[in-house]
Amino acid sequence: MTGNNIQLDKNGNLKHFLSIEGLSQQLLHTILNYAESFATVDKRPVKKVPLLRGKTIANLFFEPSTRTRTTFELAAKRLSADILNLNISTSATSKGEILSDTLRTLEAMHCDMFVVRHANSGAAHYITSQVAPHISVINAGDGRHEHPTQAMLDMFTIKQYKKDFSKLSVAIVGDILHSRVARSEIHALNTLGVNEVRIIGPHTLIPKEIEKLGVHVYHDMNSGLKDVDVVVMLRLQRERMRGALLPSENEYFKRYGLTNQRLKHAKDDAIVMHPGPINRGVEIDSDVADGEHSVILQQVSHGIAIRMAIMAMVMGQINKNENKEKKK
Amino acid sequence: MRVLIKNGKLLDPSSKLDQTQDLFIAGNKIVSLNKKPDGFNPDLVINAKDKIVLPGLIDLCARLREPGSEKKGNFDSELFAANSSGITSVSMPPDTKPVIDTPAVVEFIHQRARETNRANIYPLGALTHQLKGEQLAEMYLLKEAGCIGVSNALSTIKNTEVLRRAFEYAKSCDLTVFIYAEDEKISNNGVAHEGAISTRLGLPAIPETAETIAISRALLLIEQTNVRAHFCHLSSARAVDLIRTAKKNGINVTTDASICNLHLTDMDIADYDSNCHLKPPLRSERDRVGLIEGICDETISAVCSDHQPHEVNAKSAPFSITESGASTIEHLLPLMLHLVNRKEIKLNRAISALTSEPAKILGIDKGVIEKNKNADLCIYAPNSNINVDKNHLLSSGKNTPFNGWELQGKVTHTLLNGKVVFSID
Repeated sequence: MTGNNIQLDKNGNLKHFLSIEGLSQQLLHTILNYAESFATVDKRPVKKVPLLRGKTIANLFFEPSTRTRTTFELAAKRLSADILNLNISTSATSKGEILSDTLRTLEAMHCDMFVVRHANSGAAHYITSQVAPHISVINAGDGRHEHPTQAMLDMFTIKQYKKDFSKLSVAIVGDILHSRVARSEIHALNTLGVNEVRIIGPHTLIPKEIEKLGVHVYHDMNSGLKDVDVVVMLRLQRERMRGALLPSENEYFKRYGLTNQRLKHAKDDAIVMHPGPINRGVEIDSDVADGEHSVILQQVSHGIAIRMAIMAMVMGQINKNENKEKKK
Repeated sequence: MRVLIKNGKLLDPSSKLDQTQDLFIAGNKIVSLNKKPDGFNPDLVINAKDKIVLPGLIDLCARLREPGSEKKGNFDSELFAANSSGITSVSMPPDTKPVIDTPAVVEFIHQRARETNRANIYPLGALTHQLKGEQLAEMYLLKEAGCIGVSNALSTIKNTEVLRRAFEYAKSCDLTVFIYAEDEKISNNGVAHEGAISTRLGLPAIPETAETIAISRALLLIEQTNVRAHFCHLSSARAVDLIRTAKKNGINVTTDASICNLHLTDMDIADYDSNCHLKPPLRSERDRVGLIEGICDETISAVCSDHQPHEVNAKSAPFSITESGASTIEHLLPLMLHLVNRKEIKLNRAISALTSEPAKILGIDKGVIEKNKNADLCIYAPNSNINVDKNHLLSSGKNTPFNGWELQGKVTHTLLNGKVVFSID
């Protein structure tokens, strides 16, 4: 993030995975390359590699999640790690235990890695600042800030369909204000050098000065989608109707819902992505979600390979020198 | 007790005093400048050669954490820290626990002030009962008990009718209303200035309009009720503009800025530094410059520490759920002098913002160096260095956003009513 990058160790290797912001293009490519090699693991008769055998990973979910937690769990198991699932929102903190004490307790159980999801932006950074030096932290979503593994699996998905990032125009549509996925994707796409990142949504859902993150802002769906290669639809939370941000789901769908008709403005070979879970008929029409342009289910399966790659990298279990050779 | 302060450069912008002179103190009063009174035999001589002697500083807003939050600090720790920055008078907002809305709480505070005997303490009474913004507080009784003004502290009064009546009633009690201007609905539990930084970090944002709408509403009611009013801790350039225009139009208000907002911006939040979680929030560089301009042209007349010491746990959490506020009291003077060294503010203006101007706002006969006035004084060495180290703060609160800063202007002596309450030798 700033010059003092807590995500990297002193040799510049990935030690924690907290935000896409602050990581180099080379490092993102390395993650994508390793994910490529892990993507075949689940096609083997024995779906396991022994890279993290003997390591203990704690899934610390301060906010409920099924999909993300499950893919982290599967990724850890395929790397032969032991995994603890802790749903902390309903245990320790409700008894008044402060966060740093919860972390101390888990450290005392000799965990090697924390996978953290938290409702507050910056939580993963905070936890990283508190843990013992041997522990690695992976951010599985912090408030509105970042969801970097989701962004990387989306980059992986894009790479499967579009070979060259530099020629791409990508539109991210919907509730940018509250979206950690959007922020991570904007950083990932710009770091990978895409031609253009657009965000599309009503003023109420676009945060101030987002242009400074390197995006073009559109408030009209048709012009925003014009000639894009990739469309990323964001989930619209129902509670947005309560905060005077939107009048109704119906009106939102009329203006910003992705239909086949609207998708015609994009390139013929455009792909449609969604981090899930999808709200059919709110941000995306079923015909599009299940249609030929949709790669939504592929995204889910790529999630495991990406998380395997990142977990193995932060634990230093992938030979870094070999990696440097490859880059040359 | 007779004290002679020898060879110091006396600086008091309000009385245009800027000369190297001896200062003679007997009992709690300044008895002479320059000329030794007949038969004056000092019990104590302070050599102030190459040092500057100021009126004791007056801090318009500091939380001393008593009563109710003693784990964060107390009168002894916080006022000693204040003395180390030359502060001899402190005004405290009413959001103690219990709230300063009964004479009993005022009496408790005065008693603690007497016991500590480190500074003149000026409590502000509550504007509304329990600061809830619903019923008026017993302002007249609070005034009788010794409150010099009334305030609703950081709790905004949502009901505009209540605000109007509170202003009218304060007017009829001849009390100054101290207003922290924030529209809570627009702030919407935000924790950082709305802009590129809050967007990048994904922090719930406080738009500038949270401040400017609240100021505009209050200004109209001040105009209508003609109450004496003071706006606390302006944070945006636009707010300074509003006040400037109002003053031009003849509305008689005063304002202050907190020292943090004069030095820091939202950029300083960096990777979620919770010591930069402040209320009002740190805003943009444009806003910081606007505040400095406001001080230079006296739209903002005073600067305060807005000291809010916290225990470690209050600041150790993800940014949004940490408590807001910074521990600043012991660096108020050197931080102000830092602005002078950087040529952002002239020395005389910097000093009057900490002495005579806050005295006028509080309506107290202090903040000057004159014969027959109380001997509240601050002596500092302008070229001495200070390295801010959060682990060595005198305040109980180690939550300084200035850790690692190198400042100048160490206070060597602080005198309250002619008595040395702080000295380093």
